[in-house]
Amino acid sequence: MANLHPKSGDPKVTYEYRRKKNAEEMRMQVITFTMMIFFTVIAFAAVGAGFSKWFVVPFVLLLAVVQVIFQLYYFMHMSHKGHEAPQLFMYSGIVVAFVTILAFLTIIWL
Amino acid sequence: MAAEQKFTPQTWPESPEQATLEGKNKFLGFWFFLGGETVLFASLFATYLALKDSVPSDTHAKASDLFELPLVFLMTMLLLTSSLTSVFAIYHMKNYSFKKMQQWLFITVVLGLGFLACEIYEFYHYYHEFEHKFTSSAFGSAFYTLVGFHGGHVVFGLSWIIALMVRNAKRGLNLYNAPKFYLASLYWHFIDVVWVFIFTVVYLMGMVG
Repeated sequence: MANLHPKSGDPKVTYEYRRKKNAEEMRMQVITFTMMIFFTVIAFAAVGAGFSKWFVVPFVLLLAVVQVIFQLYYFMHMSHKGHEAPQLFMYSGIVVAFVTILAFLTIIWL
Repeated sequence: MAAEQKFTPQTWPESPEQATLEGKNKFLGFWFFLGGETVLFASLFATYLALKDSVPSDTHAKASDLFELPLVFLMTMLLLTSSLTSVFAIYHMKNYSFKKMQQWLFITVVLGLGFLACEIYEFYHYYHEFEHKFTSSAFGSAFYTLVGFHGGHVVFGLSWIIALMVRNAKRGLNLYNAPKFYLASLYWHFIDVVWVFIFTVVYLMGMVG
């Protein structure tokens, strides 16, 4: 089992440390979730309150981007070590996604 | 480290989803797939934005006539909460508590089914109340393709999670199925990522015109 616990010779210490680390991460996840709920409520409220379209559209888009960053980096663990390849894949995907949407919008609406 | 080896919470590795070569490969391949899914959904979003409110005559309902915020809010809460419950499931997977993982996955599935029921009601409502159909306008086609494709992902994700729960019910956790549970939860989170943009771009932006 030595290769599973490279940093500590005592498996019991490592086990308790990992348990604690997992529990702390779970607390972070709940905080993340609370903030996502909060952003969602604000976004719906901004539309419900009937503000100007020129304020609401960029505002809700910004909230969506922040929520997705939370989802990717915390819920999907992209903030953890060893996620270089997922970052490459996702950011490449996002670049192509952005260009696709930009192209369609400019072709039709400009 | 054989895939079927029996573990205890003490001997269970820190990242069980990547403890075997197969797990590592699945992890890499699945993220590559999610990058591709991002592009797929972007093209559907682009089509929707290009064809939004493109209806042949004024008798057809437009986005702001169709959508109702309370239902969309409920659907958002169901899916967002199910995303958290699948995080709980993976937390228990990493602590090697199989029963708790199964319980949280079950709650995830129930919430997902609730979302699906709302969506079916929504489409039914648009079809019968507003004559808003897949073939009635370019707007209708783009709307049902985008939102329906997401709904299809929800159906697939639910079937996947249920299949894993049933298949491994008596088997418990090992390094063979840990990557499978982990990837199913990643897929479920990705469905929520897409939904965040759907409720923002389709529904919220649809309401303000």
